[in-house]
Formats: sequence, structure tokens, C-alpha cells
Amino acid sequence: MIAELGLAALWLAAGLALLQLVLAALGLGKGRAELLSGVRPVAVAQGLLGALSFGALIALFLRSDMSVLLVAMNSHSAKPWLYKFAGAWGNHEGSMLLWVTVMGLAGALVALLERGLKRETHMATLGAQAAISLGFYAFLLFSSNPFARLNPAAPDGQGLNPLLQDPGLAFHPPTLYFGYVGLSVAFSFAVGALLTARVDAAFARAMRPWVLGAWVLLTIGITAGSYWAYYELGWGGWWFWDPVENASLMPWLAATALLHCVTVLATRDALRAWTVMLAVVAFSMSMVGTFLVRSGILTSVHAFAVDPERGSFILVLLLLYIGGALALFGLRVGTVREGRQFEGVSREALLVVNNLLLTVILGVVLVGTLYPLMAEAFGHKISVGPPYFNAVAGPIALVLMLAMAVGPLVRWRRDEPGVVAGRLLWPAGLMIGLGAALGVAAWGKIGVLPFLGLVVAAGVALASLIPLTKRNLRRTPLFTYGMVLAHLGCAVSLGGMAAESAFTTERLVAMKPGESVEAAGWRIRFDRALPLAGPNWVAMQADMAASRGGEDIMLHPQSRFFSSPPTTTSESAILTRWDGQLYVVLGEALDDGRWQMRIWWKPFVTFIWFGGLMIAAGGTLTLIGRERRGWMMRLRRHRAEQSA
Amino acid sequence: MKGRWLTWAPLGFFMALALLFAGRLLWPEEHVIPSRMVGKPLPTFSLPAAASDRPALDSRQFATGKPRLLNIFASWCVPCAAEAPQLMALKQAGVPIDGIAIRDARADVDRFLARHGNPFEHIGLDARSSVQLALGSSGVPETFVIGGDGRILHQHIGDIRADDVETILAIWKEAQ
Repeated sequence: MIAELGLAALWLAAGLALLQLVLAALGLGKGRAELLSGVRPVAVAQGLLGALSFGALIALFLRSDMSVLLVAMNSHSAKPWLYKFAGAWGNHEGSMLLWVTVMGLAGALVALLERGLKRETHMATLGAQAAISLGFYAFLLFSSNPFARLNPAAPDGQGLNPLLQDPGLAFHPPTLYFGYVGLSVAFSFAVGALLTARVDAAFARAMRPWVLGAWVLLTIGITAGSYWAYYELGWGGWWFWDPVENASLMPWLAATALLHCVTVLATRDALRAWTVMLAVVAFSMSMVGTFLVRSGILTSVHAFAVDPERGSFILVLLLLYIGGALALFGLRVGTVREGRQFEGVSREALLVVNNLLLTVILGVVLVGTLYPLMAEAFGHKISVGPPYFNAVAGPIALVLMLAMAVGPLVRWRRDEPGVVAGRLLWPAGLMIGLGAALGVAAWGKIGVLPFLGLVVAAGVALASLIPLTKRNLRRTPLFTYGMVLAHLGCAVSLGGMAAESAFTTERLVAMKPGESVEAAGWRIRFDRALPLAGPNWVAMQADMAASRGGEDIMLHPQSRFFSSPPTTTSESAILTRWDGQLYVVLGEALDDGRWQMRIWWKPFVTFIWFGGLMIAAGGTLTLIGRERRGWMMRLRRHRAEQSA
Repeated sequence: MKGRWLTWAPLGFFMALALLFAGRLLWPEEHVIPSRMVGKPLPTFSLPAAASDRPALDSRQFATGKPRLLNIFASWCVPCAAEAPQLMALKQAGVPIDGIAIRDARADVDRFLARHGNPFEHIGLDARSSVQLALGSSGVPETFVIGGDGRILHQHIGDIRADDVETILAIWKEAQ
């Protein structure tokens, strides 16, 4: 019964989405205002029905109802409840249902909470949101029904793969999805504003919280994904420029650009057409990313269930929405009036520089990711790897960091170059000093990019704090703190990346039990290697002790062999200290009784992810600060109206 | 109107992209691509060793009367990891294989080989892709069958899939 209830709710929600679209289109197109009053209640009902449908799917997974195909394929009655619960979206159908559910709920929130927009723009936005949802409903109902029955029911499920029982894997994809949905809302706002020719500050203020929220979630998702790859894959790297990683990075880059120019539009009423364009690009990138990942047209280390039919379906949706929005942009951009002007030395101008640099990096990543596809169209099959991405995107990113440090120190509208230079005296001095010191101490030992990375990180860290000086800290708005924290986070993360690639010590050794090895001040002793058995794997586990002058700390790297499918994974042993991580991987046994070991000391590597979390926290502070200010102003106006 | 075409440029770019995607979905990749280098002698080169435990690679090592495989790979290349089991299978079938690592570092190559297996007898490091270009190879991975007289007999572009192993093995056997 639950499965049928879920399916019925899904059909009803799809029907309501269609009604929402028709009401908005007729109401706006034919000028029949009475139809528009139905749009908001329908949007709320659609969101609730979607949630009911997803709730039904979760109930089926928690009850391990093996008469449902999806549950039988992906779950098992002996799984811990947390993984049964997360299993609901750990597969293609369930994740798509989660996507439309969150999209419906976001639409309901836009319907309920948005007060600042003109009515027509608001309704057009909800219409656009319904159109996007409708495509995904069709995708689910016609090609990926999550509620299909299995007759006869399976005795038990097939999904007991312990590799996938990882809390990181359970919550990493939904974080990214929520971010993508936030970008879809921004996209709907842009379409609504274009349709009703109201690209203005009110539109930007309505869109901003969604962009900020989406950006925070994408930041967390990418940071978590990077750390997962680092500890799980055992290669000691933290970013591989893999197509799946790039698919999550590209929307983030576009959202970063969007979030900065939406602020310019909201507060200074400039950069109108560009903001609309970026809102379209940001959502396009999340759709393109989803397409690349799900259609399997690129080779990746991340395996996904691949199906050409699904790929075609997403491609059609891509064409409809993105093609439609870009065509709309071409038709209607003439109605976007020119915004306010600004001088060459002004915060607006620096934000334009930031946007251009982010767009160039986005282009570099997009071309690098798609180049194998393009080359293949001409008969070549190749792989574009880190040598390209690091060499091309790295230097641009460093320039971007410098622009980021200068931007907040420049006034809106216009500023004096000499005065700005004066504000930059201390960071510039620090960079020159550190550059000279590093140059003397480590010339020729570290690469150019890591060297510049360290110098820039130090300068940017100092410069990012300057906006807090010479002002009353208690009266400084929350969103200024948010900006400072996020920019400082960028510097911290860059510092971690540069320190890791400049100063990592790597030892590849073959050791007999009882032997010791020195690496970067650590003394690592290999005691023994013993077999160990898990639920469906056997492992060789090494007992090792590491010390840096003090007590011994035990380390237990493993090399695991899974029987079905036959795979070997290495469980690295990681020892975290404030100034870095010791990363030990157990390799193969040699014939003479020695074991291969890979030992890395990675100085300040944790800064990479810590910086990522600081960026996300900064975004959250800004979101709270901006929204609180909006609510306060509304409340004050409300009171003033009542007392009048 | 100046800049009018600019407002349509994003749509044009996007449609080109969609066309590429659609093409790739409708006509999945073709495996065998004829090569212009087939029949020509191997260019002369001498490369330093790319891995700690394998000797360097010189083009003179090829014209010794016995056919060999020359595999172009890189530790940063994902399809190269995917084709590793097929190379190991060829090695087990008795085919001598040499490798050229493209734009790579010794530590990375060592790590790659430790992880995915090492089917190579000699491995040369082509730090600036110069030998790769001379060979008429535009990407990684690619595999050449070199005859006993030092001529290129076959060029396989892209990763060697499980169903390509027989073809390559047959070409190598025929050359003996």
C-alpha cells in the first residue's frame, strides 16, 4: 500500500506542477489576474505531496519491503537503520525523487516567504520553477519509477556492500543536490525577471539567499568529497581533476561569481544582464554536471550506474531549460535597462575582475573536462590530467586570490588608487618579506606555483582581516564578519594546498618486521603484519608505531581484499597533528618477507579542508546577517504602518 | 546594433555543446582508428628511466628481430588505469611490453605501477611529450605494435579493452 500511496502522491504532485505552470502562464499571458491567485496554494500543495511521496519511499526502505524492486536491489534487512534510511537516495531513482522533493519544497518556500518582488515577477518565477519540476517528474514517472513492484517479492535485498556503508557517502550526495536545487531556484528567479522585464535590485535581493544557501552547501559538499577521496582512495592526493569532481566544481565556480555580482545588483543596482546570465550559467553547470555523471560519456574513477536512456532524457531536459533560458536571454536582454555606472577604481570594478577570472577558470575546467569528448569526435581518445589543469587554472586562481584581497578594501562607486595602495601596505610588505625569506631558504627546492601560493596565502590572509580594523567591532554587521571569515578561509585553504605540495616528505620503503624508518622528524617502526577477517573481506593489517620524540602512537594501515567483486582497497592509517598529517599505506608483501610501505608527512594538509569549512561558515554568517537585516527592516516598517 | 550577436553567443555555444553530447549518446565511440604512422619506422629517441626499478628506453632496443609492444601512458591518466589489467594479460601471454610515461614524475609512476601492476620491461620518461609527438600520438593511452625490423605495425588509440586483447595479440603473433 505504501508504494502505491507514494506513486499516487508523485502523480498528483506532477499534475499540480502542470496546473501551477498553466495558471501562471495563462494568468500572465492573457492578463487574467484571477488565475494568478491560485499559483501560490498550488505550489505549496505540490511541495507537500512531493514530500509525502519521498516519505513513502523512506518508509519502504526502513521496513525493508522487498516487494519493491528498488528496495530489493539496493537494501538488505540486516543493514543498520541509518544506511537503510540513507539507502533511499543512494541510487538513481531515489536520488531523483529526493531532487524533485527538495525542488518542490523550495518552490513552496518561494511561494510562502517571498514578499519583496512585484506580483507578476513572483508568479513568473513560480511558473518557471513548476516547468523545471515538471521535467523531473516526467523523468521519474516515465523512465525511473522508484515505486515499481517486484513480483514475486525477493527473499532479501542485494545491497549489503560494506564499502558503501560510510556516513560520508550517505550524506555527501544530498548536500550537493540541495545546492543544485538552490541554483535551480536562482535560475527560476532569473527567468521570471526576464519574462516580466524586471531585472532590478528587488529581484537580486529575492535571489540572494538562495544563491548563498546553495553556495554554502556546494562548498561543504566539495570539501567533504575532497577529504573522502583523500582518506579512502589511499593515493595521498586530495583533488584529482576527475570528471565527477569537476562536475561539482563548475557549478561552485559559477555560484561564487553569481553570489558576488548578485550583491552588486542588490546594493548598487549595477551588472544587471551579467547577473541574469550567471544565474542561467550556474544552473546549467549543475545540469551539465549531472548529465556527464549519469550518462557515463566520460571515463571516471567514480562509478555510477550508467544508462543511455537516462542520459538522453537529461539531455532533452538540458536542451529545453538551458536552451530555452538562453534563447529568452537573447530575446529579452534588450528590455534590461542599463544599471548604475561605476569608475575604473571601485569595488564594483574589482568584482567585475573577480567575475571575469572566475569565468575564465570555469572555462578552463569545462574545456579540460570536455576536451576528451571533443577530441573523440575527431577520432582521438585522450585523457586530460592535472598537468593541464594545475598549469592553466593555478596561476589564474592566484591572480583571483589577489583580487579577492584587494576588493573589500576599495570603496563602492569610486576610490583613489593611491589611497587603496596605502591600505595594502602591510599585506604587500608581508608578501615581499615572506617571498624573500622563502626564496633564500628554499630556492630550487619548491616549485614556482607552491612558492607563489604560500606568499599569496600569507598576504591574502592579512589583507582579508583589514576590513575589521578601524571600526567598532560590535556594530560591524554580521555579513561583514561572514565575508572576512570566508576570504580568510580561502587564504587558509590555499596555504594548506601550497604547503602540502611544497613540503610533503614521501618515503617509499620495503621494511622487515622490527625495522624502523625516519621521515620528516618522525620515527616509524614496523612491528608485524597480521591477517584480519571482516564480514566480507580479509585484510593484512600492519602494527606500526610512530613517534616524534614523545610517546609511541600506534598505526594500523590495512590492505583489504574483498571477495565479491574481487577488489583490493587500502585503508590508510592517518595520524593528525596540528601541523600536518602522517599518512601511511601498506603495500604488497615482497618475496623476501619485506613489506612495501608508503609514508607521507604532509605539513598543514588539514588546512585545505579547514579553510573550506571556514568558507562555508562565512557564507552561513552572511546569509543569516543579510536575512536578519531584511526581516528587521520589514518588522520596523510593519510597526510604523500600524502606529500610523 | 553593436553587441547584438554577443547576446546570442551563449545560446550558440550551448547548442554546439548539446550537439556534441547528443552525437556521443547516439553514436557511441568507435574503437579502431586507422593510423598514418603504420608502416613507418620508429623515430629514434633515447629517454631516461621513468620508474625506480625499470631501465631506461632507447629506440635501438626495438629493431632486434622480435616484435614488441610500446605503450604510452601516464600516472595521471584514468583510462590508463582502466587498461592495466589488459596489459598484464598481454604480458602473461608472452608479449614483451615497453612503456613511455608522458609528462610524469618518477614517484608518481612508481605509485601508479605499484597500484595497477607493472607489465613493462623498459620505461622511458617523456617529460615534454616530444617522443609522443614524433610517434604521431595525441593522447594517452596509446599502444603501438613494433615489428622486429623497427617498423610500426599497428597503432591502437585509447585504452585497450578486454575485447581488444585478442586483436593485438594476433597482430603481434603474425609479426613473429
